[in-house]
Amino acid sequence: MNIHEYQAKEILRRFGVPVPRGHLAVTPEEAGAIARELGGACVVKAQIHAGGRGKAGGIKLAANPQAAEAKAAELLGNKLVTYQTGPQGRIVRRLLVEEGLDIERELYLGVVLDRSASRPSLIASSEGGVEIEEVARKNPEKISRESIDPAVGWLPFQGRRLAYRLGARHEQVAAVVALVQGLVRAFVELDCSLAEINPLVTTRDGKFVALDAKMNFDNNALYRQPEVLSLRDLDEEDPREIEASRFGLSYISLEGNIGCLVNGAGLAMATMDIIKLHGGEPANFLDVGGGATREKVTEAFKILLSDQRVRGVLVNIFGGIMRCDIIAQGIVEAAREIDIRVPMVVRLQGTNVELGKRILGESGLAIIPAETMAEAAEKIVKAVQGKMQNAN
Amino acid sequence: MAILVNKNTRVLTQGITGATGQFHTRACKEYGTRMVAGVTPGKGGTSFEGIPIFNTVWDAVAAMKIDSSVIYVPPSFAADAIMEAVDGGIELAVCITEGVPINDMVRVKRYLEGKKSRLLGPNCPGVITPGECKMGIMPGHIHRAGHIGVVSRSGTLTYEAVDQLTGLGLGQSTCVGIGGDPVYGLGFVDVLKLFNEDPETHAVVMIGEIGGSAEEEAAVWIKANMKKPVVGFVAGQTAPAGKRMGHAGAIISGGKGTAQEKMAALKAAGVRMAPSPAEIGATMKQVLESAR
Repeated sequence: MNIHEYQAKEILRRFGVPVPRGHLAVTPEEAGAIARELGGACVVKAQIHAGGRGKAGGIKLAANPQAAEAKAAELLGNKLVTYQTGPQGRIVRRLLVEEGLDIERELYLGVVLDRSASRPSLIASSEGGVEIEEVARKNPEKISRESIDPAVGWLPFQGRRLAYRLGARHEQVAAVVALVQGLVRAFVELDCSLAEINPLVTTRDGKFVALDAKMNFDNNALYRQPEVLSLRDLDEEDPREIEASRFGLSYISLEGNIGCLVNGAGLAMATMDIIKLHGGEPANFLDVGGGATREKVTEAFKILLSDQRVRGVLVNIFGGIMRCDIIAQGIVEAAREIDIRVPMVVRLQGTNVELGKRILGESGLAIIPAETMAEAAEKIVKAVQGKMQNAN
Repeated sequence: MAILVNKNTRVLTQGITGATGQFHTRACKEYGTRMVAGVTPGKGGTSFEGIPIFNTVWDAVAAMKIDSSVIYVPPSFAADAIMEAVDGGIELAVCITEGVPINDMVRVKRYLEGKKSRLLGPNCPGVITPGECKMGIMPGHIHRAGHIGVVSRSGTLTYEAVDQLTGLGLGQSTCVGIGGDPVYGLGFVDVLKLFNEDPETHAVVMIGEIGGSAEEEAAVWIKANMKKPVVGFVAGQTAPAGKRMGHAGAIISGGKGTAQEKMAALKAAGVRMAPSPAEIGATMKQVLESAR
């Protein structure tokens, strides 16, 4: 789960990380009022769950409250297209209005899970404000890493070592140690999967401040982080993905026109791959999971068919615990409830496959059966392309 | 022979009285696995299908000989259950549970350091040595005893590959699911090492997916050490960046962990990549025939 910059900064402030003074605004008037409170000059920052806001015009400087109000009016309610949003962009609904800082240097600080080491790792760089992956590629010598041992936690000497590497002066070291400690504590205590300050800036008056902040959270741990869960912004998520998560389905929207319904994440990815190999484009990733019921299968169909781009559906089920007859009943029920007007190829394999095939055969539904994954992919691609030619 | 489990393996179920635990304990017992004990706190002294239940792993291992444990307890208690198994001296703990918090697994991995226990999973289908021992949730009937080792991050895609192998007359020595989470027990390299040393295993199918760098690390090891042919597949060639594809570990982040990178690394290490997920079995057959 992701949260907004202003929410991440509120969290970091609580953990002792210095952040600029500022507040959330949802109207131009509020933005103007906050600017007045801040003393006039300020920065107006669009709050969306995507990076690249600066280059896309989502961060604006305002010299006085009137300008802040005008800039806010320009941003609010409008689409912001960054390299991370895709061409459809995101509607800006919230703004962070913040004091401007007199910046000396831009640094990078982030905590991520180091999968190879099976523990979190703190990454710091004397080059900030750009993507850390780019720095790692071009100037790996500018990056420092500190591994976090879960048995003892973050250690003060690691903070000191890092502070000196980042070029902190003696009188600044204590502040940097406290800042880094706060970031690490937030990561561990709130079950983050990423806690990033980019850039961490030094100001002309010698302070270290988090100019931007990004936090992602481990979905598996949300059950014990009610406060984090309350920060979820459904406006930032795909409505079909929200609907799917309500039913315990795992759904991701893609760009193509062949809807997929599969059990198991690996098989679902492989099904997308084989559609592509046969010249088609998958419209989604959809894993109905191991314990899918008829209701779940019906909901899954509703969600994937609600995508207007879908011109055909491929069902690929390898029944292990999941029985093929349950899937077949789900398909029949879904077809009764919703009008399925696109070609559908069904490939069933595994437990109770014969019973499943019989249920589909006797249903009278216009289902194209397939024995193997390859045959299924070939048939759905052909059906969809044939249909599109007929339409032309 | 085979690896990790065989017909002599004596298995404990942790979380034996839950719906999942009951269903799969029964299925594994029917398959012929020696299901000798169960643990559910508060249910000690009772039994399930003739299998005695204990309150703690400590009680179970004190009462009888146990080699391995399969864990079905809910996500919030799974890490504790794994560590309880390790503390009880269990040789192999297999955690089926999906949805274990990553921080919990970070602590489990630290706890495992210096211990002799091995862990498979979490979020995995388990391990099966066909005809001898099934420890997990995979459908037993698609497997057949033979000489192909299978190691995979996936569940159903592994069944698909196994089904292809069996259909072509290629039986399996042992099939190992290492799980779809970012922090987990035995990895590709650990399992490949075991297959490399197992005389019953003649070749290996390795199935990866997007996210992390486990496939790249395996490629380095394979190039330097693997004596047997390996056929590979990596799922998620069409997956978008930044989106978690069902598995907690299946995410391309910061441009890293793409299927293309992983396939290139494996290919460079001499792994024969299956051109499509429907041709994993056929690719293995070709490799074996050309080796003859």
